[in-house]
Amino acid sequence: MVEMGATRDGYGKALLKLAEDPKVVVLEADLGKSTKSVLFRKEYPERTYSCGIGEQNMMLVGAGLAASGYKPFASTFAIFTERGFEQVRNGIARPNLPVHICGSHGGTHTGTDGSSAQSIEDLAIYRTLPNMIVMHPSDIISAEILTLQLANAKSPSYTRTARNKTPVIYTGIEEKLEIGKGVILKEGNDVAIVACGVLVSEALDAANILEKEGIMARVVDMHTIKPLDTDLIRDSVLRCGAIVSAEDHNIIGGLGGAIAEYLVSEIPAPLERVGVPDRFGESAQASEMLEIMGLTAQHIADAAKAAVARK
Amino acid sequence: MFLEILKDPTQPTVLRAMVSGMMNYEKDSEAIAGIEEMARRCRAEILKMTHRASAGHPGGSLSEIDLLCALYKSRMNINPDEPKWPDRDRFILSKGHASPGMYAVLSEMGFFPNEELASYRVKGGICQGHVDMKWTPGVDFSAGSLGMGLSFGIGCSIAAKLESSSRTTFVMLGDGELQEGAIWEAAMAAKHHELSNLKVIVDLNNIQNDDFVEKQMRMFSVADKWRSFGWNVLEIDGHNVEQILDGLSWFDSIEDGPAVIIASTVKGKGISYMENNPSFHGAAPNDEQLAIGMEELGF
Repeated sequence: MVEMGATRDGYGKALLKLAEDPKVVVLEADLGKSTKSVLFRKEYPERTYSCGIGEQNMMLVGAGLAASGYKPFASTFAIFTERGFEQVRNGIARPNLPVHICGSHGGTHTGTDGSSAQSIEDLAIYRTLPNMIVMHPSDIISAEILTLQLANAKSPSYTRTARNKTPVIYTGIEEKLEIGKGVILKEGNDVAIVACGVLVSEALDAANILEKEGIMARVVDMHTIKPLDTDLIRDSVLRCGAIVSAEDHNIIGGLGGAIAEYLVSEIPAPLERVGVPDRFGESAQASEMLEIMGLTAQHIADAAKAAVARK
Repeated sequence: MFLEILKDPTQPTVLRAMVSGMMNYEKDSEAIAGIEEMARRCRAEILKMTHRASAGHPGGSLSEIDLLCALYKSRMNINPDEPKWPDRDRFILSKGHASPGMYAVLSEMGFFPNEELASYRVKGGICQGHVDMKWTPGVDFSAGSLGMGLSFGIGCSIAAKLESSSRTTFVMLGDGELQEGAIWEAAMAAKHHELSNLKVIVDLNNIQNDDFVEKQMRMFSVADKWRSFGWNVLEIDGHNVEQILDGLSWFDSIEDGPAVIIASTVKGKGISYMENNPSFHGAAPNDEQLAIGMEELGF
């Protein structure tokens, strides 16, 4: 039986550990029960501030706290962080104030809530802001560890977590996790699958499918989309000669887009991108959404074969 | 007895203001004259800065300047030699386009030499088009996009509370800016968290970028809006230094949640052709207009 966990729970657990630092403050916009900041609020109500259903205000309250030496962690659904995008742009990223934003329920994997709740553009838009760290952890353990590391970050960040559970990946290899450094989860020489978030476990399954057909795939968890670990991308191109990106995000502008930008300017190589095909989602179970959007292990394996054929 | 009136929130705000005015700051004519003279010098700098840059926002700088001078001269607990002193009072100019007024005041207060005012809107200059905490000593907030400063001020006020610091956060808003919905998210939040260390001044000059506020989006009673959000409200004449000083001491008397002063002002105040003229929200005086303005100011 595969152990399962939701990255949003990893975020909540991290906040509880971060509470040791008296400068850590939690901000909520009426979704603390969903993003799991509720765990912090229950233990440390004096350092938890409700901003009501007011994301624009929440972002800038965070900015004021950060400018005063505090370490604010603000969370809501990924899609609703976007309500405060210009506040993040002008009030947080521009003055480089280390406010840490967590957008839970990101991607079509969010499932039955439907298209309004399924942010498919968050990674792209936050990636365009100077100074921002952008992450999408793949399992409950990495979500916790990467969130803990944010407490020492000197820049603002956006972290997407997922509503639904995914297989636990990092048991026993926690020390490999570092913001800005991708992790090789499986080694191979024929093709490199570079995935983030909920598609990392699909990428591992895809590697198993490929292995049965004699194709050895390297699998990289690129949990940090910005700054992108370009050394690892380069190394993957040199070793494998072809790349597949995989993300539960619009095929425009996310991880695949970031990798494409790097490849075309530095080290051209075949790239196949697995992502949401520039369309909005709908209500369905998480696994059904991956099927509808073409994001399953089989889709990734097919893309890998296409990438190999282009070598 | 005075103190009892001051601390009693059921007393009319006007009475509390009168009492606190009697009790607190030196209101002698010399102090008032000093602030008025400082404002006169700042008005001249506002004209010169915008004239030199052939751009900028003189109208809102002139409407806010008496308020800024009184606040900085009489109340702000700051140290120009240590602009980032953690326990300083914060001033957040949310209407960040009115930066010439802010720069003139910061220079007067000794945060940087007067010559730096020539860098307004100039490449590499410390005086950016809109006030920016990353560029200018003494600036606490990177403004430029309206409707943001109050929320930022809430963050500063929460931080002060968490540290049990007695420092105060002052925020200046424009009246046109109140059309931004996020202002009212912040107004709710400040009251919800009972931030008594948060003091807001609305520069009610009745003009916004394109036209009179009344034409762009009718506001009805600005004071009633804040009252209905649970704030302590005082209305003053924003060009009467004595009233401003009374208002600032009224601020200090408020311990039951956030407080706002609605300051009635005149856009372009002090320069005849700019007064109440929407054209000078975002337009600089030309050579001739500069000369007229300087003469009107007595320079």
